[in-house]
Amino acid sequence: MAARTRNISVTGTSRPLLPRHAKLRFDDTRQRWVILAPERVLAPDDIAVEVLQLCDGDRDVDQMVDLLAAKYVADRAAIASDVIAMLQDLADKGFLVEAREASA
Amino acid sequence: MSPTLTDAAPSRGDAADGLSILESRKSAAETFGIPLAVLAELTHRCPLQCPYCSNPVELERGGSELTTDEWKKVLTELAEIGVLQIHFSGGEPTARKDIVELVQHASDVGLYTNLITSAVLLTRDKLKALADAGLCHVQISFQGNEPVVADRVAGLKNAHEKKLEVARWTRELDLPLTVNAVMHRQNLHQLADIIQMAVDLDADRLEVANVQYYGWALKNRAALMPTLQQIEETSRIVEEAEVRLKGILAIDYVVPDYYALRPKKCMGGWGRQFFNISPAGKILPCHAAETITGLDFLSVRSNHSIAWIWQNSEAFNRYRGTGWMPEPCQSCEFKEIDFGGCRCQAFALTGDAGNTDPACALSPMHEQIFKTAETEASHGGDRFIYRNFAGGTVETGGEYGS
Repeated sequence: MAARTRNISVTGTSRPLLPRHAKLRFDDTRQRWVILAPERVLAPDDIAVEVLQLCDGDRDVDQMVDLLAAKYVADRAAIASDVIAMLQDLADKGFLVEAREASA
Repeated sequence: MSPTLTDAAPSRGDAADGLSILESRKSAAETFGIPLAVLAELTHRCPLQCPYCSNPVELERGGSELTTDEWKKVLTELAEIGVLQIHFSGGEPTARKDIVELVQHASDVGLYTNLITSAVLLTRDKLKALADAGLCHVQISFQGNEPVVADRVAGLKNAHEKKLEVARWTRELDLPLTVNAVMHRQNLHQLADIIQMAVDLDADRLEVANVQYYGWALKNRAALMPTLQQIEETSRIVEEAEVRLKGILAIDYVVPDYYALRPKKCMGGWGRQFFNISPAGKILPCHAAETITGLDFLSVRSNHSIAWIWQNSEAFNRYRGTGWMPEPCQSCEFKEIDFGGCRCQAFALTGDAGNTDPACALSPMHEQIFKTAETEASHGGDRFIYRNFAGGTVETGGEYGS
């Protein structure tokens, strides 16, 4: 799967995933989720972890928002804007890439 | 390989991205919890001879290096006690014939692996094997943006072309790439071109690291020290590029502390969130710590565990926290901000590692240091002393030392 990594603009139809150099994993010693990246370790909060676990490069952002809105019985528009802002922030820092169809 | 590690803490929280809890105050990382990242200097052997090398002037010979099995045992132990990332560095880490095996083992025990390399020994097949072994990230050092300056600084002919080739292979293999550019008086004029080179190479990150002056770099200080004007120009270029390249290239900028008023928070504080393992297995608070005489650094070959050495050894506890500080540090409101600066620099410039880092404007030696820097920057010769096992070789016209 080709992945776009530069200048990503996150929208409802984006299908984001973590790049190879950013690994989301549970840290047994500290009992929390972490993102391992070059020269840094990030500690995402619970909501960020939940969103990132939905980022598989297959699901688009709209589908992720649907899942979260249903789960938390919350206002869809508010969730959408929070999720997009969080993902855009990660993308700007280089911790998110966008899946796209391999060009035929 | 990476003098920047002195300053750029290998793992750090960024309050701005809301993801900083791990390193927040009173967290495990703060109170001498096991570091998140460790630097493994696999060897001091290196085909390059950079005059600012971060290795000690007394290099360790190949014969004293840990064996493959010893390194594997170390990697397993690190993962077990909670280390998350391992930076394979040197010398040149790929000078070890077992580099692929070590990366594979690190991956197997769950460590995030980073290769900090000069790249000149890599073939495409070797890089592919490293990628297949789970390597997460590649950092390649560059000495300039073109061969005339770059090969002279590296002390190796054709080094620059080779690095460009390996950087391209890195991206072809879909490995993330950081370009590490160590900057000094004799290459700062190339900074804008180096930034463009990093973009052209499709690098994810660029480290613009001004030389830190201990060990080899201290020997070469007169040939490397930038002018104040250069530093101001550097900051301007970096700030402009950071804005222009947002989302394209992340830039980490390490400021030279000789021209600062406040010292750097070296290693995030002595023995606070980082350690380094030397080729012979010594556990060190930083890669330059062995330059401080009178401290006894324990080895993984001792009968102590790595965690015990980190938590209990005298060398780690000597300058931990703030209790050891003399004045003007002890009553300083910044003492928990910078932890008194750099112990190695204090030792190198004052003869006592317990003194205030002279980079601090409150140090009685600060004025003198700044004057020295200015004088060397304007009057110093450009000739290098190349780094090698013989204690250094002075550059001669057209020849690269050895």
